[in-house]
Amino acid sequence: MDIRELQAYAYFFMTILLVVALYGYILHLYRSEKKGEKDYEKYGKIALDDEVDSTPIESNPKSKSEK
Amino acid sequence: MQSNAALEYDYSVAKLFTFTTILFGILGMVIGTLIAAQLAFPELNYLIGEYGTFSRLRPLHTNIVIFGFTLSGIWATFYYVGQRVLKVSMAESKFLMAIGKIHFYLYFVGALLAVITLLLGFSASKEYAEFEWPIDVVIVLVWVLWGISIFGIIGIRREKALYVSMWYFVATFLGVAMLYLFNNMEVPTYFVSGGIGNIMHSVSMYSGTNDAMVQWWYGHNAVAFVFTVPIIAMIYYFLPKESGQAVYSYKLSLLSFWGLMFVYLWAGGHHLVWSTVPDWVQTMGTVFSVVLILPSWGSAINMLLTMKGEWNQLTDNPLIKLMVLSSTFYMLSTIEGPIQAIKSVNAIAHFTDWIPGHVHDGVLGWVALMIMAALFHMAPRMYKREIYSRKLIETQFWLQTTGIVLYFTSLWIAGITQGMMWRAVDEYGNLMYSFIDTVDVLHPYYVIRTVAGVLYLAGVFIFAYNMIKTMTSSRTLTEEPMFRSPMA
Repeated sequence: MDIRELQAYAYFFMTILLVVALYGYILHLYRSEKKGEKDYEKYGKIALDDEVDSTPIESNPKSKSEK
Repeated sequence: MQSNAALEYDYSVAKLFTFTTILFGILGMVIGTLIAAQLAFPELNYLIGEYGTFSRLRPLHTNIVIFGFTLSGIWATFYYVGQRVLKVSMAESKFLMAIGKIHFYLYFVGALLAVITLLLGFSASKEYAEFEWPIDVVIVLVWVLWGISIFGIIGIRREKALYVSMWYFVATFLGVAMLYLFNNMEVPTYFVSGGIGNIMHSVSMYSGTNDAMVQWWYGHNAVAFVFTVPIIAMIYYFLPKESGQAVYSYKLSLLSFWGLMFVYLWAGGHHLVWSTVPDWVQTMGTVFSVVLILPSWGSAINMLLTMKGEWNQLTDNPLIKLMVLSSTFYMLSTIEGPIQAIKSVNAIAHFTDWIPGHVHDGVLGWVALMIMAALFHMAPRMYKREIYSRKLIETQFWLQTTGIVLYFTSLWIAGITQGMMWRAVDEYGNLMYSFIDTVDVLHPYYVIRTVAGVLYLAGVFIFAYNMIKTMTSSRTLTEEPMFRSPMA
């Protein structure tokens, strides 16, 4: 097997790997939402309700401030 | 941190960077317009001796726009958006406030030194990396301070989840840190030439083809991590906030983020197509550039869909108009770039005026419009005054839109004409045109490009005037607007 052939195999499997990773990530996003583990769309509200005294979408337990 | 009923966001650092955004915006674009005029009318090269020549001024134009105007805009918006999406005020940490201010003042001193040294002719001669090593050292320090600001404020946040804009700001920080350090590895010639060189003049640690590959890995990703990633951070915050519409799909924003991060770093090879770098580097540059359409359009379409059902705001609110046009120009330049990266197209496009045409529909259309819209949105919240004049924003919008369209259309035609003339051969295979023939043909397009620059620059002056009037003499607001920015 010369370097050209090796490159071709590497190219082919790399492409497959990247396609799987891309669709895997999309699947992961939708599946975890469907299972109720995550609600990604609620994070969009962070930009809209952004006063310093607004209730956080997800409170940071490490934050020392009492609100 | 303390619990305080009257706690407010502290915009002192954001205001300082707003000031430099306006200052460097004017400076960078005045020089840009002047050098555009010099290409059309070469006698303008000799106005102020060596300091006014195209070769001296061109790096000043690019560096002031990249590292002056755009970086200031990025930091003005970061010190504004960062606090708001993390729901923590900089007033709560004396340490972060001090770091923010040192960040600004060190940056300002560094930027002035950079302008002066470039004007005096100190240059490392690498495109977009012209600063000599002492300036590079200052930039590294400034960058470290910004890093402390980013991770410092993340450390004391109340909002656990990082809004997608923060992801993009963090990526800007990490991306530029890596690129800048590796591309600016250089040694003063004094140390490598037995004492006869110059302490202020350095040469790259890489040589030949390797240097070219590192340079364009950097050069293209300077576009990625200064002109794209942080501008996406801005639009993901300012368009939803100004319109009152949450981002259309948060999931798509995450997918586009990872897509952009993975793909962008491999595309730099397209700057070296048909040159003496390995063929696979060129092919990889082309392939990744084409794939790059997906994450770029993912973000842009997400922004347009955010306006779904709310398109009336496009006519009602000039800031929405600026941002929607900005994301449309993002789509245009991210389809144009991949087309230019295709090898057969590149054979015509490379080294021609089509390339600066492409850069400018991206930077004038996408980057600068978005930064100006962001500052307009921030102004009523930072200065507690309404925007001075809606009519002036409308005037600015039309002047600049006309300017951008004239700019890129003239350079498209000029570039393709130039590329075709360089390649044209007669029946015996001899070149049909000499270089000066192309210059003759291109003159009218260079004149149009200059006019386009004047129009855009006029818009920048109107923007600066409107901002300064907003800061100083506009009607005061009793309470902070929720979404739409109030304007007279």
